[in-house]
Amino acid sequence: MATLHQYLLVSGLLFAIGLAGVVLRRNIIIVFMCLELMLSAANLTLIAFSRFNLTSYGLPDPNSQMLVFFVITVAAAEVAVGLAIIVALYRARQTIHTDDLTSMRG
Amino acid sequence: MPSLLFWFFSLLMLIGGIAVVAFKNPVSCALSMVASFVGLAGLFIGLNAYFTGIIQILVYAGAIMVLFLFIIMLLDLKVETGRKPKLGAVAAGFVLVIAFAIQLIGVLSSSPDKELPKLDLAAGAAHYQDLSPKIANTLSVDQKLPDVHIIGQTLFTGYNLPLQILGVLLLVATVGVVVLSKRQTN
Repeated sequence: MATLHQYLLVSGLLFAIGLAGVVLRRNIIIVFMCLELMLSAANLTLIAFSRFNLTSYGLPDPNSQMLVFFVITVAAAEVAVGLAIIVALYRARQTIHTDDLTSMRG
Repeated sequence: MPSLLFWFFSLLMLIGGIAVVAFKNPVSCALSMVASFVGLAGLFIGLNAYFTGIIQILVYAGAIMVLFLFIIMLLDLKVETGRKPKLGAVAAGFVLVIAFAIQLIGVLSSSPDKELPKLDLAAGAAHYQDLSPKIANTLSVDQKLPDVHIIGQTLFTGYNLPLQILGVLLLVATVGVVVLSKRQTN
């Protein structure tokens, strides 16, 4: 049986992979996908804690699953708005490469 | 969850995540992200969070991924694939991952581990006897965890206001997307 540490390690590694992707990729859509990976890694941590720390009546804690439910819903809304912004950006600049978007550089 | 399945789904998830970062073609990235999320959903289901696992597949692997693929194909990003990644950024990414992993292992080795506790369905049935007889019945007679019923019960009793705020948020997001993607004409 897998222990709590194994779940936390796996979710931490997924978070680290997502963070690395945000830092090293230059395509803004892929940066966005890596953000989703990081959100999901946090969800895995929440679910693992919910299952490993049972409530006083011996079932998985439903409150942390509520938090995951809200995170997933907000992430869906965020993706919709973010992709609309990317489409608007592409229309204005004909690029989604972050190196080419330097008009706010000081 | 047996260890073999745990490692299978974890490896699927992590390899999918690495593939998202490593692949050059955005379409391959999106598809490897589907693989990653399927592995994650498997882990959720192994943790007795059946509803969340199904939602993960429906929302992420279904809706969000279709949206990503749609935008990638709409923008037609073939020109973007020929670029070389910057050496500094790649080095920064690797250093970040390694530093994060070392910190994680340090924290985990200094905190107590926990084995998977067994679910106590009888105590759960006693708790839900007054709140919801249907949940209590499934727990005591069928000896199953009615995950969706419990989540629904919690959502509509304890989290009613956040749920309605979430509805407003989704409405605002929908209106915002329509406004953003309308072609400006003046």
